[in-house]
Amino acid sequence: MKDEITPEDRVANLKGMGSSRKRVEDVRFTQGKGNYVDDIKLDGMLFGDFVRSPYAHARVKSVNKEAALAVPGVLAVLTAEDLEPLGLHWMPTLAGDKQMVLADGKVLFQGQEVAYVVATDRYAAADGVEAVVVEYEELPVVVDPFKALEPDAPILREDIKDRTEGAHGPVRHNNHIFTWEQGDKDATEAALAEADVVAEEMIYYHRTHPCPLETCGCVASMDKVTGKLTLWGTFQAPHAIRTVVSLISGIAEHNIRVISPDIGGGFGNKVGAYAGYVCSVVASIVTGKPVKWVEDRMENLMSTAFARDYWMKGRIAATKEGKITGLWCHTTADHGGFDACADPTKFPAGFMNICTGSYDIPTAYLAVDGVYTNKAPGGVAYRCSFRVTEAAYFIERMIEVLAIKLNMDAAELRRINFIRKDQFPYQSALGWEYDSGDYHTAWEKALDAVGYDALRAEQAQRLEDFKAGKTRKLIGIGLTHFTEIVGAGPVKNCDILGLGMFDSCEIRIHPTGSAIARLGTISQGQGHATTFAQIIASEIGLPADDITLEEGDTDTAPYGLGTYGSRSTPVAGAATAMAARKIRAKAQMIAAYLLEVHDDDVEWDVDRFAVKGAPERFKTMKEIAFAAYNQAIPGLEPGLEAVSYYDPPNMTYPFGAYICVMEIDVDTGETEVRSFYALDDCGTRINPMIIDGQIHGGATEGYAIAMGQEIAYDEMGNNKSATLMDFFLPTAWETPTYTTDFTVTPSPHHPIGAKGVGESPNVGSVPCFSNAVHDAFRPFGLVQSHMPHDHWRIWKIARDLGLHG
Amino acid sequence: MIPAGFEYHRPADIASAIALLQQHGDEARVIAGGHSLIPMMKLRMADLSHLVDLQGISGLSGITIGEGSVSIGAMTTQNALITDAALAEAVPILREAALQIADPQVRYLGTVGGNVANGDPGNDMPGLMQCLDATYTLVGPDGERQVAARDFYEAAYFTAREDEEILTAITIPIPAAKGYAYVKQKRKIGDYATAAAAVLLGEGFASVAMTNLADTPVHSDAASAALAEGDVEGCVREALQAIDPQEDMRGPIAFKKHVAGVILRRAITKAQERAA
Repeated sequence: MKDEITPEDRVANLKGMGSSRKRVEDVRFTQGKGNYVDDIKLDGMLFGDFVRSPYAHARVKSVNKEAALAVPGVLAVLTAEDLEPLGLHWMPTLAGDKQMVLADGKVLFQGQEVAYVVATDRYAAADGVEAVVVEYEELPVVVDPFKALEPDAPILREDIKDRTEGAHGPVRHNNHIFTWEQGDKDATEAALAEADVVAEEMIYYHRTHPCPLETCGCVASMDKVTGKLTLWGTFQAPHAIRTVVSLISGIAEHNIRVISPDIGGGFGNKVGAYAGYVCSVVASIVTGKPVKWVEDRMENLMSTAFARDYWMKGRIAATKEGKITGLWCHTTADHGGFDACADPTKFPAGFMNICTGSYDIPTAYLAVDGVYTNKAPGGVAYRCSFRVTEAAYFIERMIEVLAIKLNMDAAELRRINFIRKDQFPYQSALGWEYDSGDYHTAWEKALDAVGYDALRAEQAQRLEDFKAGKTRKLIGIGLTHFTEIVGAGPVKNCDILGLGMFDSCEIRIHPTGSAIARLGTISQGQGHATTFAQIIASEIGLPADDITLEEGDTDTAPYGLGTYGSRSTPVAGAATAMAARKIRAKAQMIAAYLLEVHDDDVEWDVDRFAVKGAPERFKTMKEIAFAAYNQAIPGLEPGLEAVSYYDPPNMTYPFGAYICVMEIDVDTGETEVRSFYALDDCGTRINPMIIDGQIHGGATEGYAIAMGQEIAYDEMGNNKSATLMDFFLPTAWETPTYTTDFTVTPSPHHPIGAKGVGESPNVGSVPCFSNAVHDAFRPFGLVQSHMPHDHWRIWKIARDLGLHG
Repeated sequence: MIPAGFEYHRPADIASAIALLQQHGDEARVIAGGHSLIPMMKLRMADLSHLVDLQGISGLSGITIGEGSVSIGAMTTQNALITDAALAEAVPILREAALQIADPQVRYLGTVGGNVANGDPGNDMPGLMQCLDATYTLVGPDGERQVAARDFYEAAYFTAREDEEILTAITIPIPAAKGYAYVKQKRKIGDYATAAAAVLLGEGFASVAMTNLADTPVHSDAASAALAEGDVEGCVREALQAIDPQEDMRGPIAFKKHVAGVILRRAITKAQERAA
């Protein structure tokens, strides 16, 4: 049998790995046909809404429900007192702490949930909230984590006061949560003492918020006949939610079905469990009716998981030639009123110990102190892998600070300190094994692409013009070379609440040669249905267009830990390849039987097995699939499906080189990003178009964070940035134009060599934008100025440097 | 973000609308484009029981270019200001300012009448109307009266309009001055001004007003007079004397005062270039 199409055409027809296949999800999204939590409408559905605290720290003296219960349509008002008999007035956090579901005697942050009103419609619920009367007694507020640790600071967590041991070791103050130490303290201090040069600086990464387009919400539906609870919600980890709901509610896990429908962005905000989920489940159990709860934008910004808020004191030691000899970091981490970080259990400060970055630093020490304050809880990885953004910002600022101290070009300083290609796999001083990298190649490519030397010359000319009074604008050139650690992770050291962080994929091939695959992850915009089908297409030779991807329904999908920390491709993507390979292995036996040769006498060729040395004798995967179901093959079970649970042997370490050129108006503080070049190395590239989309999206978030986005509190603990008027989300108008580029250094331990990319642009772009601002003012003596670099803060830099005359 | 219940009224003429306002007193508000009022209702910061929608009343929108003046109906949208070629010819600063208000979606529904009547110091049109020396037509139970934009604003959200009056039209004298500029610094699309300046400049004439730098728009006679004489520094000095900005997330007072001067100077330079 002669094949009419060329091998190249056969590869192209698959739309497999490397193809910029269009996103299959967008057919429904661009037509407004997505199915989000708030689109779910069930018969007799009730609505929940919260009474929230206007105070950041107060005792709750009483909650009077009377007027609320008199509002037409209001059925119930739940308080902590009502939840206590069920043991649900508190819930465990992902960080080994516990958190009030509803205020139990006091509130610890503005916007905290105090009572939950259940009503027959959304308007009645809101009217009920308005009618609940809560009597508060204000308590002293602490919003500064350093003041929280002072001896006479108010005790925030009276429920655990006077304890000496926390979830992560000894504690030394009522507002102290943990101290986490990594590396060699003595050796690092010795390196600092002996160094030619030591640069020291406090680097603050301000509090911000993932602010996904869709806020958090759920619909809980308890079927009293079957005893089965169905919970639809905005969950980044549906299986983990099922297990947690089972553990805290006592409902058997097989009687809980958790469904994550379409999710409008997560960015870490939708990893944890919120009071709204617990209250909705309770309300549905009590009323026997489905209960919907969807928070509004202000509630999302005020009460759901924030990100960052790390005060990072750094010291970096180097020879006078610029070779780094040691790095020291002490971080004060503001966790808010409860420790609700979403980190693997053994890592209370996430992977902050990736803070040696892309550099060969022989000795390092990191200590992180977690602290309670009267702010919202959280500390999630906002489009990053567990504090990697903080780590990258810290080291990329410290490099710049050291360059100033050494009076050296920051590009050159990076170049002489990069881990060399021949050093991989590289053991970092803070305990990681970097899998692969080629930083010098990426760096030179980036510098060449932007014309670095010419840019510096232009900048110098602009500076002269500025000093001569010919212009009021400066040019800043921001440099960053970041290294991430993603793909959590190996079960031996990564778990959340004891749940190992493997992931999974199940593939079923249909008799006619199409397929369905289900994964333990859940797309929130990443395009899993597009890219995972491409992995399968390349592995088993069926067109991606003929493969359906399903995620998010715990009754059908295999168990997995969900999507965050750029773990989907490194972990579930690996599981997908491994499951596909199991199918291919069986297909090989079927093909050999059909071709009447020994198993070892056939070889894989794009979409078929062919007899070795006789490529005209072959069976396509489509033919094999049909035979798998419909032909009795001795020694083989019918059917063609496989499941793989993948426990990664290591993390993956994507990296990138970013360069930003920024125009800065010293009089108004306004900025304009003239160009932004992003070179990413995420190992094997599955869908270049989706990678570009990830870079554009993540860099835009990074732009927002660096240039204006923050969750700000006043001294009274009032959230000053709870609307999108003040919380900066860039529109198309503000968004810079990006130039993307890449190198490919595959992960040696990942089945397809892919490393993950979704978070790289957020990790890499924030220091890049920030470094551009700093760089513009470097000639005038600026060393460090904290983000966000909004107009007034840039104006203040210029004023403090005497640039306003 | 769920409003409390309210009665919705859609009268067919001004007299019926005024009767509703008389009947319900301060429990009633008129609604034009709704882009200020509805968010306030959703936040439950505006507590009212009766909403009187002006959309059913004919004759409240439209732009008429007359001899020496322009009349703009209160229900005219910001977008209509931008797309009217004759208006852009007669009073080009209106188009320049309207283009800097919010975003296209807001401008399709937001009205010029709502913008000037609401008394929000963040709105761009009030300062501009003061710069242009516009006059507002107010209709109430006792008939119609004219109030100068420069006399209209008393404090944030407090204006010369009585509760039972409706602002129906704006009359703008067509400027003889060829120089004009509306310059606005903002954090992002959709934001209110950190500082904004409206400048008209002609032969021996100038008018200067500023936005979101006090609890009302600020038109300064002294600044205008100084600029009319060509004294730019004097103009800026007088304007900065007249403003009283407050600290908010846009920045502290010292910053706002500084950028107010910068933005005003830029507006003056632009107006000078156009006047030349």
